[in-house]
Amino acid sequence: MATAPIRIQPKNRILAWIEDRLPIQSFLATHTSEYYAPKNFNLWYYFGSLALLVLVNQIVTGIFLTMFYKPDAAQAFASVEYIMRDVDWGWLIRYMHEVGASMFFIVVYLHMFRGLMYGSYKKPRELVWLLGMLIFLALMAEAFMGYVLPWGNMSFWGAKVIISLFGAIPVVGDALVQWIMGDYVPADATLNRFFALHVIALPLVLLLLVVLHLAALHEVGSNNPDGVEIKDKKTPEGKPLDGIPFHPYYTVKDLFGVGFFLILCAFLIFFQPTLGGWFLEPDNFIPANNLVTPEHIKPVWYFTPFYAMLRMIPAKLPGVITMFVGIIALFLVPWLDRGRVKSVRYRGLGYKIGLGLFVISFVMLGAVGAGVTTEVIPQWFGANADVTTIENAFGRFWLAIYLLSFVGLWAYTYFGFEKTKPVPERVTTHD
Amino acid sequence: MAIEGVDQGRRRFLTATTAVVGGVGALAAVVPFIKTWEPSARAKSAGAPVLADISKIEPGQKVTFGWRSLPVFVVNRTQPQLDALKGEDSRLKDPNSDNTDQQPTFAKNGTRSLKPEWLIVIGICTHLGCVPDYFGELKPEPFDPDWKGGFYCPCHKSRYDLAGRVFQGVPAPANLQVPPYKFMDDNKHVMIGVSPQGAA
Repeated sequence: MATAPIRIQPKNRILAWIEDRLPIQSFLATHTSEYYAPKNFNLWYYFGSLALLVLVNQIVTGIFLTMFYKPDAAQAFASVEYIMRDVDWGWLIRYMHEVGASMFFIVVYLHMFRGLMYGSYKKPRELVWLLGMLIFLALMAEAFMGYVLPWGNMSFWGAKVIISLFGAIPVVGDALVQWIMGDYVPADATLNRFFALHVIALPLVLLLLVVLHLAALHEVGSNNPDGVEIKDKKTPEGKPLDGIPFHPYYTVKDLFGVGFFLILCAFLIFFQPTLGGWFLEPDNFIPANNLVTPEHIKPVWYFTPFYAMLRMIPAKLPGVITMFVGIIALFLVPWLDRGRVKSVRYRGLGYKIGLGLFVISFVMLGAVGAGVTTEVIPQWFGANADVTTIENAFGRFWLAIYLLSFVGLWAYTYFGFEKTKPVPERVTTHD
Repeated sequence: MAIEGVDQGRRRFLTATTAVVGGVGALAAVVPFIKTWEPSARAKSAGAPVLADISKIEPGQKVTFGWRSLPVFVVNRTQPQLDALKGEDSRLKDPNSDNTDQQPTFAKNGTRSLKPEWLIVIGICTHLGCVPDYFGELKPEPFDPDWKGGFYCPCHKSRYDLAGRVFQGVPAPANLQVPPYKFMDDNKHVMIGVSPQGAA
């Protein structure tokens, strides 16, 4: 809560001396034991702290990977195999990093869905949402460049396709593509600069954004499943009636979530590190070859919905624009949604249906982008089916639903179609 | 601090000029950093023309050569394949090669080539840069029941005919690019990267 900073006066003279010059204990208290969060957090509130945990995992395992990896087109692939086979426990470090990347997107997508469901993007938390979206963008760039580093064949062709997107920009496109690659195709120069961006530039940006995301959150306080502002009702001492100190209550709750989450991660790392090609594609176990395209170029699962948006538009520039609109639209949600009621619990039926369709369209676009539809259409419609036509019809339908859900959100709330339920004055679980 | 006697106009002028001069300097300092990302002298010198031996390419066969790290397709087209190039115009985006960025002027013709049988194109899909596959036979394919031979991109399903001309209704915006090239020593070799003399 945006309460005044707590001042701690340590009894110990040394600690007091430090505290007078650098109020570190006061800072920690302000943001943990004296930071009040709503008492009705549910399962959906685990994913923020889990995202932080995965970020730490990526940084620690990443630092160790850089000790063995060679950012050189001639040596990169072999150095990754060297980590996997010859470096003691290298396989574990690398799979922690690789599974961590996918887990990052799982928790971030769930975290974002939580925000949409409970209206956590609404006033006064618009900046929390915007900073979160910037983290998402930086994360996508970070993940893309990380996928290029092993210099497998999918690394190479993925890099080629994604960098080519910039070629769709009128006039400067081609020069820009060459500038990004530093060659006529993705080459050693490209790999080297992506390494620099992946291990230092983007992590710095990510960390800064995370600090700002948390700072903005602690200024306005967390939303909750009921979408009521807990600081509207306070005790005589000025503490929120429906709030509990973050520490120890939510530190303990989050630790429980961490334990459960780590069991799942351990299972994936030990038994399913590639998850049947979803976390790491078979084509990336073949060294990069600029003369042979993999049979199906597709990104890792977390990019597939956006990739499908690109593919479903039969022209390059409009396809790229559609994909960016699909991402930018998420930034605009706080202003598209004119409704006052935050939580889905008290919102109109239209909002619930819209949110459901939005999620389904995202998953369906993901299936199209991952090539699932290419596989199942011949099975369902017979071997002679026109796969392209059916897939385009299917993909474009869900693309339309995806984009219309944003327009619909605005129209539904702007023109007053929404019939909301009364919002309680305090969280529903108060005593 | 005494406010009286301060010449505010002079102070604003000095602040503005300092900011402008400093800003110009900062911008100039950014240029070298941005320029480091351009292809290096080594990368540029690797872009020289290459000589390709085409004497052993059978009719109907496609061979890929590397030029500037790009795959260059050389197809020895058969008569049925050449005949199939006619009459497909209505299904193509740019049947007459009107987009002049995609070929030297010597290849702006019905076969998009110097010699009708030899198709030489850069094997990079104009959509997002994948390498299309060669489906040379004139028979129905899963992606097109009326297939008359050509190239099919596995990435986003763009299709091109046997002159590298793009079909309608696919994501690729333009025909496959024809590089500059010329034939050498009785058509046994082709030099990729230079145009024949007199042709642009």
